[in-house]
Amino acid sequence: MQIRLHVNGDAHDLDLDPRTSLLDALRHHLGLTGTKKGCDHGQCGACTVLMDGRRINACLTLACMADDVQITTIEGLGTPDRLSPLQQQFLDHDGFQCGYCTPGQICSATGMLEEIAAGWPSHVSDNLEGPFAPSHAEIAERMSGNLCRCAAYTHIVAAIQQAAMAGSQREDAA
Amino acid sequence: MTLTRHLRVDGPNHDDRLDLMAQGVLGQPLNRLEGPLKVTGRATYAAEARPRNMAYGVLVQATVPAGKVLEIGDAPGALAVIQDKRMVRYAAQGMDEKGPTSGPDRIEYMGQSIALVVAESFEAARHAAQNIAVRYKSEDVPVLPDAVAPELPPKKQSAVGDVDKAMRDAAVTLDQVWHTPSQMSAAMEPHAAIAEWDGDQVTIRAALQMLSSNRKQMADALGIKEKNLRLLAPYVGGGFGSKLGINAEAVAAAIAAKQLGRPVMVAMTRQQVFDLAHRRSETRQRIRLALDGDGRLTGIGHDVLVSNLPSSEFTEPVAQATPFTYQAAQRQVVHAVARIHRGCAGSVRAPGEAVGVTVFECAMDELAEAAGIDPVELRLRNIPDVEPTTERPFSSHMLAEALQEGARLFGWSGRKSVGQRVEGEWMIGMGMAAAVRVNMLIESRARVTLLQDGHAIVETDMTDIGTGTYTILGQLAAEMLGLPAERVEVRLGDTDFPPASGSGGSFGAASSGNSVYLACEEIRSQIATVMGCNEADLTLQDGVARAGNVSRPLSELITGQVTADGHLQPGKTEKSHRQATWGSHWAEVAVNRWTGEVRVRRMMGVFACGRVLNEKTARSQCLGGMSFGIGIALTEAMEHDPRDGHAVSRDLAEYHVPTHADVPALEVHFLPERDAYVGPLQAKGLGELGICGAGAAVLNAIHNACGVRVRDLPATPDKIIAGLGG
Repeated sequence: MQIRLHVNGDAHDLDLDPRTSLLDALRHHLGLTGTKKGCDHGQCGACTVLMDGRRINACLTLACMADDVQITTIEGLGTPDRLSPLQQQFLDHDGFQCGYCTPGQICSATGMLEEIAAGWPSHVSDNLEGPFAPSHAEIAERMSGNLCRCAAYTHIVAAIQQAAMAGSQREDAA
Repeated sequence: MTLTRHLRVDGPNHDDRLDLMAQGVLGQPLNRLEGPLKVTGRATYAAEARPRNMAYGVLVQATVPAGKVLEIGDAPGALAVIQDKRMVRYAAQGMDEKGPTSGPDRIEYMGQSIALVVAESFEAARHAAQNIAVRYKSEDVPVLPDAVAPELPPKKQSAVGDVDKAMRDAAVTLDQVWHTPSQMSAAMEPHAAIAEWDGDQVTIRAALQMLSSNRKQMADALGIKEKNLRLLAPYVGGGFGSKLGINAEAVAAAIAAKQLGRPVMVAMTRQQVFDLAHRRSETRQRIRLALDGDGRLTGIGHDVLVSNLPSSEFTEPVAQATPFTYQAAQRQVVHAVARIHRGCAGSVRAPGEAVGVTVFECAMDELAEAAGIDPVELRLRNIPDVEPTTERPFSSHMLAEALQEGARLFGWSGRKSVGQRVEGEWMIGMGMAAAVRVNMLIESRARVTLLQDGHAIVETDMTDIGTGTYTILGQLAAEMLGLPAERVEVRLGDTDFPPASGSGGSFGAASSGNSVYLACEEIRSQIATVMGCNEADLTLQDGVARAGNVSRPLSELITGQVTADGHLQPGKTEKSHRQATWGSHWAEVAVNRWTGEVRVRRMMGVFACGRVLNEKTARSQCLGGMSFGIGIALTEAMEHDPRDGHAVSRDLAEYHVPTHADVPALEVHFLPERDAYVGPLQAKGLGELGICGAGAAVLNAIHNACGVRVRDLPATPDKIIAGLGG
């Protein structure tokens, strides 16, 4: 079937098997292999991408469901020469080892920080209204859909906390 | 001609050469060299090449536990259904030189790969593979470890003295049985391969940990010459043992690509990874400990039952560290193997110690309690001076320091007695355990090229599976050659490069690192010759060579480039000294009075592994091991159907690896150490030490919190509640 995908600001017209997941469309048809397949069942979070700014599992989304929405993948967040603030913090804190879950962790964290900023509470938040401080418990709870078998969790949370604090400082300055 | 600097590690090296180098980059917590590629999604893993005209293959799995495939039906919409006698039934074991058992028409366990369906698209191949009709002649086979009389391999039994007598004469004894379930490595990247032929040459890009032995296995499996086979694994999405040996997907991809005359990709589904990658065997462990009135062990018994397929030689070496961790005059290890038809068992991170030390350290905690001795003190009293029974010296021994330093850093003196610390509905406790893992070197080669423009290139078929290999080998070359770290390019994961140890058994960093050291030493010698000095008197720093009063830039000393190979072999120190890494684990947990839920609040590890090559990546290795320990203690269990042996919990929703919310901010400390018996690097392995005993610290903390001993791992809430009683 004919599908138009908008990925990282570019439009792609594709003729896909209707069974094609968004994940496989990205990896097999667009060559955007930064989005990873870890389980294909929404269990690990390695395929996390942003759909209109919200984090989703690309493996649980059929490509045809992503027609005419804006998809952002890890490739759209930064480049090796121009890292996003979160990518830089992951690098500096060694928030990864094998690197396979990393694009999903970073896309997820990017969306998650927006959720905090938008006042969405989590299971461990001590109030429902916000604001929510980026405590270890708050970040870990919100990131638990992203598995890391190398278990860089301690470093991932530290990286996200650093990025969150730097982000809020930028907002204060503005 | 490329000169080779060779070393067999036959004796100690107290030279501390790396401490005398001038660049000051080794050991520093540098960011990973390949890090920018990984955080931007540009590092390409096994399934991420895109050759033109590639077809997709999906493995077909057996739905009976044993028997024969009589007929495989058609697959409408597929390009081919391939059942080739060279296709393998399970993965090769690490460092095997031959391919694993082949012949997919014969089934040894439910879930075994029996065929490959290839189609133009992944969607079509998956649909055809899932719907293909297969006719079997099935057989009844045992699938429960207790259902068969176990084998007792003579070489794996050992006894000195009489443990029964020690138990009778002891002041305090312990005699308990523990069970650990099958466990899975569950690396985040599922096994995958892309094979492409050019005449009789095949290139296979795959998720593999040990390319030099994988090449032998694959050539044997395919019936081709090694020189006609190139393996590529530049980035590997985690291994933990599961990618030590070649597996069904890579063999099938190569066969299919040849048959169809076009590139073929085969990626395992997550469920197939659980069925086809090696599981860690479940274990039953009976531990007997005899203690005299002074708190000294007089007897140690460790009886082990593990399982594997009848046709696989590997057996989980559960009691590997038992003979040398603690002293006792009377000792016995019994190692029994049940031959049953569950998926193949093999190496999963720290085979042996991961579950063996964990259970043994729980036993030590129980013994300490029974004897009324502090658990740290009990361990300190029983550290041997030399390896018991063999009387070999230790290459280094840091257990006492790790225990004492850990107790101080963790605040062990503030630990309360059982059940005495309560915060609302949470009962809080502290636990500890010793960490120990055998250390070894494996033959390894590397090539280093120093260019006139002051850049260097390191090449070896070593892999980086998240361990930090790119970075530490770059740092080593930079240190030896006096270059800023960013001037060194490291190329890995390609069998066109010199064969290395591969990544496994915690030996990768030290083995490949020593080979890089040797190659650099040869280059230094050549520079020293031009400088007219001894290599030992040469200082290289920031691209400048100095000797005495003479100082010249490298660009003046080199014409074109200088290339040298390094070749490391283990030698006599392997036998003359007991080599091990040491440490201690500490945990504070909260146990919910009503739900039995366990939350790890604090966890800390103190480790001694010889020289630390990069403080940042080394720390990450330990975080990973400790988190595996949390999984072993609390969540991880691969369940098998008692009727047919198939893996029931075969994905990441059913097999619970620790997630963010399960792991607190872990703390890691390294003890400064140089081990002279492990080559000029004086560095030992670290990838597995962090897991060895970590779970015991959590389990012992649970007991301290609420008085419950869980001996059937993992300690899930149902078992805690049962222990708490009404």
